[in-house]
Amino acid sequence: MEKRIRVLVAKPGLDGHDRGAKVVARALRDAGFEVIYTGIRLTPEQIAEAALQEDVDVVAMSLLSGAHNTLFPKVVAVLKEKGAAGKLIIGGGVIPEADIAGLKAAGVSEVFTPGTPTSQIVEYIKANVK
Amino acid sequence: MANELKAKLEAYTAKVEKSLAKNPERVNLAHNRLYTPLDLGDFDYEAKLGIPGEYPFTRGVQPTMYRGRFWTMRMYAGFSTAEESNKRYRYLLESGGTGLSCAFDLPTQIGYDSDDPISEGEIGKVGVAIDSLRDMEILFDQIDLGKVSTSMTINAPASVLLAMYIAVAEKQGVPADKLNGTIQNDILKEYAARGTYIFPPKPSMRLITNIFEYCSKNVPNWNTISISGYHIREAGSTASQEIAFTIADGIAYCDAAIKAGLKIDDFAGRLSFFWNAHNNVLEEVAKFRASRRVWAKVMKERFGATNPKSWMLRVHTQTAGSMLTAQQPENNVVRVALQTAAAVLGGTQSLHTNSKDEALALPTEASVRVALRTQQIVAYESGLADVVDPLGGSYYVEALTDQIEKECWEYIKKIDDIGGAVVAIEKGYIQKEIQDSAYKWQMDVESKKRIIVGVNQFQIKEEAPEGLLRVDASVGEFQKSKVAKLKAERDNAAVAEKLAALEVACKDEHVNLMPFILDAVRVYATLGEICGVMRKVFGLYQAHTTL
Repeated sequence: MEKRIRVLVAKPGLDGHDRGAKVVARALRDAGFEVIYTGIRLTPEQIAEAALQEDVDVVAMSLLSGAHNTLFPKVVAVLKEKGAAGKLIIGGGVIPEADIAGLKAAGVSEVFTPGTPTSQIVEYIKANVK
Repeated sequence: MANELKAKLEAYTAKVEKSLAKNPERVNLAHNRLYTPLDLGDFDYEAKLGIPGEYPFTRGVQPTMYRGRFWTMRMYAGFSTAEESNKRYRYLLESGGTGLSCAFDLPTQIGYDSDDPISEGEIGKVGVAIDSLRDMEILFDQIDLGKVSTSMTINAPASVLLAMYIAVAEKQGVPADKLNGTIQNDILKEYAARGTYIFPPKPSMRLITNIFEYCSKNVPNWNTISISGYHIREAGSTASQEIAFTIADGIAYCDAAIKAGLKIDDFAGRLSFFWNAHNNVLEEVAKFRASRRVWAKVMKERFGATNPKSWMLRVHTQTAGSMLTAQQPENNVVRVALQTAAAVLGGTQSLHTNSKDEALALPTEASVRVALRTQQIVAYESGLADVVDPLGGSYYVEALTDQIEKECWEYIKKIDDIGGAVVAIEKGYIQKEIQDSAYKWQMDVESKKRIIVGVNQFQIKEEAPEGLLRVDASVGEFQKSKVAKLKAERDNAAVAEKLAALEVACKDEHVNLMPFILDAVRVYATLGEICGVMRKVFGLYQAHTTL
């Protein structure tokens, strides 16, 4: 039997608006993934630590506070530092179009903005997890 | 009469059923096709509606509502630094805004200074950064606190920001008993839906009742709490859940205050509420009306309040941010207009309208103006504000008001059975109910049971929007340098002394902390230092998250 894809859904920073993160987490679980939701207000170090401990294939982060340009790249950097560079890293939330190229350059594979159907995130993960 | 109508309705239904094969209705409609007097049963006007300004206040808390004075047009604003936000406040007041509403950044809301490493990336982003009384002095520079009423969206550290506000007023020569405004101060919904908690429930509830007590004696016109359904709804609840969970929170605050030795009529008149205005106009109107009826009964029958002021549910409203779309943002102007209509027809006391670009970023000055103008057009041009409770007596609205009230009481009973709102939140019951509703909403959108214009129907190919407001990263550096300068200039011995006194006070649960916080604020102790003392004594709340 094929190994189920494991996804960590996390909210970095101080933003507590987790409706989107929880909805996505549940949709991913309903799609057959193993999902670990970390809860809110995590530092990049805590997220990287959880990703390593849980041995996930995907780290999915959600942020609405506008701190994404600081925090998303930091999570990527800490993961790399801890030798876990191979994980698929995706982000979502209120992210201006203009910031997406920079986030991708920093190592975030894809950014999903408001209005994205959860099915699209499911398909993306299936297509891109190595 | 009733039998005759029943027979007519049966004939009508039979006729409709026949034509449905040819002219089918849309599926998934939530309510009946038609409402008549039969849906209201034995409708007792006096018991259910009564006179505006009188128990049970279904038709409004004031006798003449907007015929005398419009609701307060209070735009929520704040970003970047105190200097920048002060400019926006003065702009809003000059544009005809009639009250201020302060948005604080996340470090401020969670009790950290800008120079704390945890604040990295968040400084000035979703609101203004306030580190000390010095920032607060800048924030209200040239704004007469004796004249303006100010609402502050602050919860866990509400006591500290209120103390700063009182201290700024002192410097302006305005005594505390002349201050008007509101602090949100609603920690229970932070645990349930919004996440900017600091301490565990018990010390949090103590801080809240300390504020009730202090203000009842010293700041008598201040609304000491704004019990908020807004965030519960934004987190995904239904209309009934929004008011039910919020009223359950309100009951918990009253229980805590009474347990702390306060008398219900001494503080109940200063409690206020905060509702969301969603897109379904008539459902929202019914929600507002039902909430007033439920609260009046809770206060009179459950708590035995005898002052009519204690029975009134006074409400600030914000239009639903979660209903705005990043797609075709111009459409949001229309959504906000409908939401504004819902709030006004529902009888709100104060209103914030969101701007069309808020699904993308903080609003620009131009888009804030359209949002404020929307309120003004509804007020002056639409006629919706010319009559008290204009939808009262609509068969549909009355039936829906009854239904929402019934659902609300069912939830309140369930929460009572669990042991009250604090326990229900600690057990995750309220969070789970909200999450289930949020997930259902999303699935309904994805299966097109629910249509969102521009999102799952009527999409177009769009250019990326331009001219969005951006808070520069240099704001963080500027704010950090201000903290450093403050710490070099102030009387640090006095700060240490006041913080030590606060720490001792924190350890005795019978002591009211407000005077100690005020003392610390006056000598320019920072928000992070004051909250740091409380964190040390009270500890931090650890959330248990389940999916």
